[in-house]
Amino acid sequence: MAWSHQDECAIVGVGATDYYVRGKSWPRTINDMAAEAIMNACADAGISHKQIDGFAYYSTAGAGYLDKFDTASLMETLGMPHISFSATLTSGGGGCVGAVGLATAGLMNEDCTYAVTVMALQQLPQHRLGVVFGAAAPSPENSFLQPSGLVGPGHLMSMLTRRHMHLYGTQPEALKEIVQATRANTRNRPKAVRRNGLSDEEYWGSPMLADPLRRLDFCLETDGAVAVVTTTKDRARDCRHKPALVHACAHGGQREWGRAFAWMGMPDPYFASAGHEFTANRIWAQSGLTAQDMDVALLYDHFSPMVLMQLEDYGFCERGEGGDYVLSGKIRYDASTGGKANGGVPVNTHGGNLNEAYIIGMTHLVEAVEQVRGTAINQVTDAEFALASGGPASLPVSSLILRRD
Amino acid sequence: MAYGPARVLPGEQIRITTNPDTEPFWQAAKEHKLTACQCGECGRFRMPPTAVCPDCGSREKNWPALPGTATVFSYVVCNKNPKTGEDYVYVPVVVDLDGAPGARLNANVTGCDAEEVRIGMKVAVEWTPIQDDWVLPNFRKA
Repeated sequence: MAWSHQDECAIVGVGATDYYVRGKSWPRTINDMAAEAIMNACADAGISHKQIDGFAYYSTAGAGYLDKFDTASLMETLGMPHISFSATLTSGGGGCVGAVGLATAGLMNEDCTYAVTVMALQQLPQHRLGVVFGAAAPSPENSFLQPSGLVGPGHLMSMLTRRHMHLYGTQPEALKEIVQATRANTRNRPKAVRRNGLSDEEYWGSPMLADPLRRLDFCLETDGAVAVVTTTKDRARDCRHKPALVHACAHGGQREWGRAFAWMGMPDPYFASAGHEFTANRIWAQSGLTAQDMDVALLYDHFSPMVLMQLEDYGFCERGEGGDYVLSGKIRYDASTGGKANGGVPVNTHGGNLNEAYIIGMTHLVEAVEQVRGTAINQVTDAEFALASGGPASLPVSSLILRRD
Repeated sequence: MAYGPARVLPGEQIRITTNPDTEPFWQAAKEHKLTACQCGECGRFRMPPTAVCPDCGSREKNWPALPGTATVFSYVVCNKNPKTGEDYVYVPVVVDLDGAPGARLNANVTGCDAEEVRIGMKVAVEWTPIQDDWVLPNFRKA
């Protein structure tokens, strides 16, 4: 059954700061970067930032993982006269695109008129996201994980990857292809952190940080801020750009995934997955569409194997066939064919977290908007539907389809 | 890739904390007894221990003595001590505990070279003293 709020709201503005290598954004402050992203997104929409009256965040109360910011301080910084919606999806980056669904809830309930979703990330030496699990004394729950030396997200994701290789014969060449295929999409992107082509030699020579994962299978560590503005369809059509309609959106997940790689109790086949099957099925049910109907897929790529496992969760290929799917070139963006290669769907046409920047998933939202607007740097010809995902991580994870107006 | 012997991480750098739900597991470990949280009503196992059985809702718990053997479900080969950054080959494993279907532990495996570890490998518990007089279950290739 179609979602009752299908195409009723739209993303109308996207904005970002420059992207900085980890720690290099100082002496900017977290509020400075968040404010710039919000102001840029409002300017892109053609509204004043003082018209923002809703905040829809993800990643626990106060959006940033590290140095925190929150609604009241953003109002104090930016001078919004009043706010009437302020809410957050729980857990971490898994809620990224689901925050747009949260904005839709505020808008359709007539709580607010323009809702902003923002993430600002600043990783000063004392605040490094990649070692976040190892920095603190373990909680009673985490005392069943951390003593094993699984201290970073890469260690945890590596455990899932090994199981996938065991069950399905997935080869490291498939991970190389994911990194190389998405790296090829940053050649023409001035803001991207990694723009040089990636040779086989360079990939195989990348140090093993958590065998079977190499450093180049890990995403970038970036500072910066990104914001998007969501509003109702009627208001959207008065904005500067063609609206990016919120066609389907879901967050959540199932018990078999749960805390996922912070738990390691997932039964097969969930263990060697990205935990997205539940929200994927929700958006397909909401829309009547399938993976094959997507024109472009912006898949959260904090680690290269999670692209492969999401391709399976979303149904781009069967469970266990992600390696073959990737190695047949189907995730490549090919400008000479309007984007699609070998019967596939281009993935992370912006270069993704692996190559462009890692702002906890927000860059995927920006690219999804630009694709359905028709203004992306690596534009897929006549893109109508863009899939974007948040996570994979502890629940909730989230899924979003944007539609061209 | 040749890594050489898989070592357990030094116990003196490891800390845990407990709460009333998890403490019986760690008290048993102090006595070198491997247990897991079992529902006192329906008999299903869950790890880490939690307050309520997710299957039947009971708060009753058993802490049966397990055989101490397990099977490697997945593993990662790491080569830096996470505390010091020094070269240090260790292999975090997720193991399925014998005698406790559905219950897993995360630990280190030793008693073989890192590159010999395989999914499906049989292992047996080995106890590592850690900070604050607690004892951590690790595993040795059986």
